[in-house]
Amino acid sequence: MLEKSWPAEGVTRVPYWVYQDEEIYREEQAKIFRGATWSYLCLEAELPEPKSFVTTFVGDMPVVVTRDPKGALHAWENRCAHRGALVCMQPRGSAERFTCIYHNWTYDHAGNLTSVAFRRGIAGKGGMPADARPESQAPKQLRVESIHGLVFGTLSNEVASLETYIGPEILPRLKRVLVKPLKVLGSYTQVLPNNWKLYMDNVKDTYHASLLHLFFTRFRINRLTQKGGVFVSPDGAHHCTYTEMVEDRGDAYEKDGMRSAGSQEFRLEDPEVLDQVDELGDGVAIQILSLFPGFVLHQIRNSLAARQVVPKGIDRTELHWTLFGFADDDEAMTRRRILQANLVGPAGYISMEDGAATGFVQRGVAGSPERASVIEMGGSTIASGDSRITETAVRGLWKAWRHYMQV
Amino acid sequence: MELELQLAVEQLHARYAHALDADRLEEWPEFFTEKGRYRIATAENEERGLPLPVLYAEGRAMLRDRVASLRHANIYEPQRYRHLVSGVLIEKDSDRLVRSTANFLVIRIMQDGATLLFASGRYLDRITLPEMLYEERVVVCDSRRFDTLLAIPL
Repeated sequence: MLEKSWPAEGVTRVPYWVYQDEEIYREEQAKIFRGATWSYLCLEAELPEPKSFVTTFVGDMPVVVTRDPKGALHAWENRCAHRGALVCMQPRGSAERFTCIYHNWTYDHAGNLTSVAFRRGIAGKGGMPADARPESQAPKQLRVESIHGLVFGTLSNEVASLETYIGPEILPRLKRVLVKPLKVLGSYTQVLPNNWKLYMDNVKDTYHASLLHLFFTRFRINRLTQKGGVFVSPDGAHHCTYTEMVEDRGDAYEKDGMRSAGSQEFRLEDPEVLDQVDELGDGVAIQILSLFPGFVLHQIRNSLAARQVVPKGIDRTELHWTLFGFADDDEAMTRRRILQANLVGPAGYISMEDGAATGFVQRGVAGSPERASVIEMGGSTIASGDSRITETAVRGLWKAWRHYMQV
Repeated sequence: MELELQLAVEQLHARYAHALDADRLEEWPEFFTEKGRYRIATAENEERGLPLPVLYAEGRAMLRDRVASLRHANIYEPQRYRHLVSGVLIEKDSDRLVRSTANFLVIRIMQDGATLLFASGRYLDRITLPEMLYEERVVVCDSRRFDTLLAIPL
């Protein structure tokens, strides 16, 4: 068994066993996903009416999120008290109650066990003893909070309120996007061939954006030379990076002879796909925000989306994308969001590479659990700043991860 | 008459599939009318009446932009597709338009030989007559999941 000690350098080194170890994976499920953190569950817009429900995940744990007949939100483990089967099989819908198909045990919208089939037997025969307590194995119920249309849940009674958990550095950046009631445009799943942390680490890596994703630089649309910055919460857990809407006129990439240098040859023939309206009124072209452990909110021009990171084993991750607009969007705005959907997702002009790059890391480190990645862009600190040529938010992820994992 | 049209539609689908499978991406926009629309959707979003595409292009210029980006900007591991198109049904709408519904299966082959059933679904097409060009091609994928990335069009 490998000695799992962190390199002496601290957060500027991330040992590769963190992406490879089954025991680490199991501990993460308990200490992080089922621990004192808030996990994104769904959008409130997916639960528009009383009695509606969706199914989702907190780490490996299947979860049902409901709106009860009075309108209150609930979330509970999608596991029957009896034999552990999934209680709710549909991805979404509306239900009076939830009945496990296996033996017809039934639950209310809050996940309380309300009836056990033939509990008293039939005609005095069979059934459970009077002192049986099947409720003792009832599905776990989560604390639920929603913030401007995003629904989060936690199994922890200790973790602070959601707003306190997110903190004053990141909260205003979240609220900045969620200014009106939301409308779902659709969803899909991208399956990534890598550990879930490699995706979070990629999202927080502001340095890679214009070097890996050549679309913006090749077509001279967005570069690190544009004004922007990064915010990191003091515990390192959450981050937000943004870029302002100024077209680049510089030649920093050409001078450095970078692969992503622009060229006069490359111009989009039909740039409508990029037409942005400054709907939030602050001149921000792109904002990427992440909350520990597995939530990303993006505003890429007028494309808005929630990304939920769902671990599926040490080397497999599902990324559940839900793209949305505002309920009062007109036809032109919906068209804009649909065209800009081309930028994101598995076929996204500026996102398709992420799954490939993080998969390359998973494959590249296969023989070196004892070696570590070098994360020294911007030094060794974890702090907000106005440069994106930094790995400060990546170091933040590892500070937070080590805190929860006690490594 | 109907048989000739059936054959012509099947040949169009076959030529389209061979162009993509042989990496002749530059020919791809030429299968569409000047303002032809191409949309990859999922059956789930379609059934929910949600408009989100996985990929959407309107007109040959946008289709050419997609090819230019794949050739010169996007980075992805070398890979090929093998399209199997079958069950082609046609319905003649007018002298200018025929509609087609066909099943597809796309197998993805990576450079190391890893072979994956990448996508299955239906092509819902509007084809102009007599030019035999796609005025609209909607690719409805059966699954909401996409492995790693979708670079080459379906």
